[in-house]
Amino acid sequence: MCLAIPGQVVELFPDQPHTAVIDVVGVRRKVDLGLLADNLPLKGEWVLIHVGFAMSKISEEDALDQMRTLRALGEAEAAMQEVQGYGLEESEIPEHSEFPKFPEAS
Amino acid sequence: MKFVDEFREPEVITKTSAEIRRLADPNRHYRIMEVCGGHTHAIYRFGLKDLLPSNIELIHGPGCPVCVLPMGRIDDGLAIAQNPDVIFTAFGDMMRVPGTLGSPLEHKARGMDVRIVYSPADALKLAEKNPDKHVMFFAIGFETTAPSTALTLMRAKAQGVHNFSVFCNHVTIIPAIRAILDSPDMRIDAFIGPGHVSTVIGCRPYEWIAKSENKPVAVSGFEPLDILQSIVMVLRQLKADKATIENQYKRVVPWEGNRAALRAMAEVFELRPYFEWRGLGFISQSALRLREGYGEWDAERRFDIPGVRVTDPKAAQCGEVLKGVLKPHQCKLFGNECTPEHPIGALMVSSEGSCAAYFNYEHRKTAMVTSIASAA
Repeated sequence: MCLAIPGQVVELFPDQPHTAVIDVVGVRRKVDLGLLADNLPLKGEWVLIHVGFAMSKISEEDALDQMRTLRALGEAEAAMQEVQGYGLEESEIPEHSEFPKFPEAS
Repeated sequence: MKFVDEFREPEVITKTSAEIRRLADPNRHYRIMEVCGGHTHAIYRFGLKDLLPSNIELIHGPGCPVCVLPMGRIDDGLAIAQNPDVIFTAFGDMMRVPGTLGSPLEHKARGMDVRIVYSPADALKLAEKNPDKHVMFFAIGFETTAPSTALTLMRAKAQGVHNFSVFCNHVTIIPAIRAILDSPDMRIDAFIGPGHVSTVIGCRPYEWIAKSENKPVAVSGFEPLDILQSIVMVLRQLKADKATIENQYKRVVPWEGNRAALRAMAEVFELRPYFEWRGLGFISQSALRLREGYGEWDAERRFDIPGVRVTDPKAAQCGEVLKGVLKPHQCKLFGNECTPEHPIGALMVSSEGSCAAYFNYEHRKTAMVTSIASAA
């Protein structure tokens, strides 16, 4: 529940200021930027995502730390499942998909 | 100490652990509550207890939204979904939580249209794609999650999506902390404040804990070093007989919180006069409901809800565990009748529940050691 997933903003839409495509370890999904309306992220910036909404801007270093924390907590797979699930119909979600691996701890 | 090698900056961890031992008065017993279920999970997962002296006791707080939800609310949500035109949607965490007649997943097996969504926005999308159905989102969560539900409702209203509603179970953390401090069987010396809730509410709402209750608070991140540093912060304060709010998680938590998120919550929600929490009972002004202006999207107004109160299974001692009066393994059902595979109480369902965390890390570790010892 408390999962916060780090992702990088890779695409913004001029006609939809509250939508961005984010990249989480190679998986790209649309997220809602409405909670960052006062301080919208730019392309290339990193955010923490919770239930499909970007909730705070973070540094790249903190994003990598957060990925490591999720991996260490054993939550990386759940995080990837969550990101893969955004915006998809249930039928589109593969039952036993191979989730991209989170980076190894350095 | 087996997890220490996996930690980032192991030398700093060792130093911080030594600092904790130096600060802790051996003649004193410390009870420090980590409010957030994410911290509880991290503490067990990383075996942080092994890095603390035995007179520092970590008490697991009420910050697991699945765990504090009384069974009656699950029954109420499922009662709405009995209607064949209704699609019941919820986060995956909710799916295995037992109601009186089984969990949402078991209801799905019996033919109810129950679907997992990963975002409230996806529940809204589902409603748009199924105009002949009504999509109800079973909303749970603290202030971390409530703003996302609020924005989704604002979008539903703006887009005129009328076959969508929210069954709102959002709760707020501050009244729960107050209830714990008011409880006569609880003695807490200091708090580890929740990380992600605080990205929304900021640090200011905790100030009364220091000012009126004279208890230190450190808002903390989720890495092992974050939690240990937060323990150092509150021990330093206790040693100096001070009580303030410190923000250990500055890299993510702004002191003032997230104003856009707070605005969305204020637009959509108002405080309920009272709400029932599993283990803590009724707490006044501790939960959110939809404002009049969003009545059309409020499942509680649109549907008849039985509103029955259900007491927990008698033998289960979830309430005592939730308040920190009992440790998970001291519950009579722990590990035999109640396991993560077959949970009886909600604390065993979510990975953030203290029973599941204890079972997955402590209990399995002890069981392994015992079996190795008996084989030797």
